[in-house]
Amino acid sequence: MPAPIAKRPLLPTGLRLLNWSLGAWTALVFLFLYLPIAVLVFYSFNTSKLNVVWEGFTFKWYAALVENTPLLSALKNSLIIAAVATVLSVLIGTVGAWLLHRYRYRFARSIQTLVCIPMIMPEIVMGISLLILFTVSQLELGFTTVILSHVTFCFPFVLVAVQARLHGLDPALEEAALDLGATPLKAFLLVIMPCLLPAVISGGLMAFTLSLDEYIITVFTNGLESRTLPQEVFGLARKGLNPMLNAMSAVFIVTTIAFVLFSEYLRRLAAR
Amino acid sequence: MPDTEPMIDLRNVTKRFGAFTAVDDITLQIQAGEFLTLLGPSGCGKTTLLRMLSGFETPDVGSIHIAGEEVTHLAPYRRNVNQVFQSYALFPHLSVRENIGFGLRMQKVSDVESRRRVAEVIDLVALGGFEDRMPHQLSGGQRQRVALARAIVPRPAVLLLDEPLSALDAKLRHQMQIELKRLQKHLGMTFVFVTHDQEEALTMSDRIAVFNQGRLEQLGTATDIYHQPRTAFVADFIGEANLLEAELLSRDGATGLIRLDGGLEVRVPLSAWPLDEPRAILSVRPEKVCISSAPVEGAQNSFEATITEEIFQGAIDHLVVRTDAGTVFNAVVANESAMMQAFHEGDRVWCGLHYDDVVIVRASPKPAGVAKP
Repeated sequence: MPAPIAKRPLLPTGLRLLNWSLGAWTALVFLFLYLPIAVLVFYSFNTSKLNVVWEGFTFKWYAALVENTPLLSALKNSLIIAAVATVLSVLIGTVGAWLLHRYRYRFARSIQTLVCIPMIMPEIVMGISLLILFTVSQLELGFTTVILSHVTFCFPFVLVAVQARLHGLDPALEEAALDLGATPLKAFLLVIMPCLLPAVISGGLMAFTLSLDEYIITVFTNGLESRTLPQEVFGLARKGLNPMLNAMSAVFIVTTIAFVLFSEYLRRLAAR
Repeated sequence: MPDTEPMIDLRNVTKRFGAFTAVDDITLQIQAGEFLTLLGPSGCGKTTLLRMLSGFETPDVGSIHIAGEEVTHLAPYRRNVNQVFQSYALFPHLSVRENIGFGLRMQKVSDVESRRRVAEVIDLVALGGFEDRMPHQLSGGQRQRVALARAIVPRPAVLLLDEPLSALDAKLRHQMQIELKRLQKHLGMTFVFVTHDQEEALTMSDRIAVFNQGRLEQLGTATDIYHQPRTAFVADFIGEANLLEAELLSRDGATGLIRLDGGLEVRVPLSAWPLDEPRAILSVRPEKVCISSAPVEGAQNSFEATITEEIFQGAIDHLVVRTDAGTVFNAVVANESAMMQAFHEGDRVWCGLHYDDVVIVRASPKPAGVAKP
């Protein structure tokens, strides 16, 4: 990197060495994080069925992906589940955050803690307890039960994101709306909600991605006809790794990066 | 005072937060078209009182009437009052035009009329050309005007202003004080203005209500409050004052002989002396302490003194004088001419007090002056 300041004094040799090794260490960490992903994407264009030798460039695995009916139907199931779970999580999370922020309750702190526990609870515990609950209440396992269980761990993420935004919001905003004749509901919908929107969307995106790649809880609470993408992929991988899975991963990586960039853009919009 | 029904009628209003009494038994009438300032140090209850007028707080005791209607427990969105918030509280996602039109939208005023009224107010507060800006694209002064415009466009019976000028720099604040006063006269609207800045209060108000520790210390015009303070707190909070403990030695008709802190004995009119109290506080403004090289003519009290300190401040000279009896006064004299003989440290002078310039005030609950901004 060319130094922008011309008269930057030379560092003593010892410090220069330290500087250099810190830079090298950073590079190493990034290599460790992103090399596997780069290799994975690289081999998705490989003509060979094996992930170890490069034979030639091809798009055939991407074509195979589009023709794989069980995989596509699993993807469809996953998208439906993630979409419904996201909508429900956004509703519960946003309204919950507002109520906890705006009104005083006797057990507000306990409610807050209880709400956040599913975020850190081991998924295996969540899965088993939800399965027992659904069996006891005689709910047939399928879309409904998967969506319900996804909502339990997705909505706290929306709630926390919205709470952080509410924390920085001028309390006089709601008062100004009420003062100008808005009922509490109108004040929330016309003034508070637009201010929360960036947090609601980024919380919603988080919920969507969490639901989309959730595996353990899904295995416990899902029926047969609503297999999700992670379930299908896991099944395929057990039969042996296949460049088609590399292709699918590449598609997912690109989609995820797009999501991350979009939510970052919204965050900046909100910080204005 | 006009004998018409008051615009705002507060009766025995009390508000407590736990063990803390924020507003303590306030009874106050505000006339239509009046510019009334609630003045006091922070924590004196003025903002809580304002919030009870806007409806964000409900009194524990007492009643509030606005324009003849009881509003004690009425929700803020049902009251015919609007507020300018200290933080302005502009809606960040709405343009200047949409912010100002928000109240009319809530009242379901027709689009045509709304557009006309918003344009009118934008004109009034000189925001022409900024209609489509977003709040974050405006300067502090412009935001302040938007907040003001948004609050007056629904034509409330009363406009409440919660320290709206405190975030502006000194020069802009002076300019806005004059503009606000002009706007209030132009609209003929009742303004209730909250501030801790005594100068702001003196500049704009028809009447000032001085608060201390939740209680109304004094209500009156700016000149009343300045020249005839009734308590030591008021005398000290508004302007400068020499506050000296006084003991009544003897009465002689309308006047009495008192002994001040330090031992000086002076004769003062007794009209304001608290009944049956042997002790009170004498207040005299520094500019009312006459300093002269000869006995002060016309002053009922005149005594010899020594100047112990002299601070030149351009237009005025600030002096500290110690009378021979040992009582110390702060005095201010005008530097009328460079030729005139000035006073210097160590000079022997005469110090005079006129009857009309000394005020007897009651002691205040808290030692006065601690919370002065």
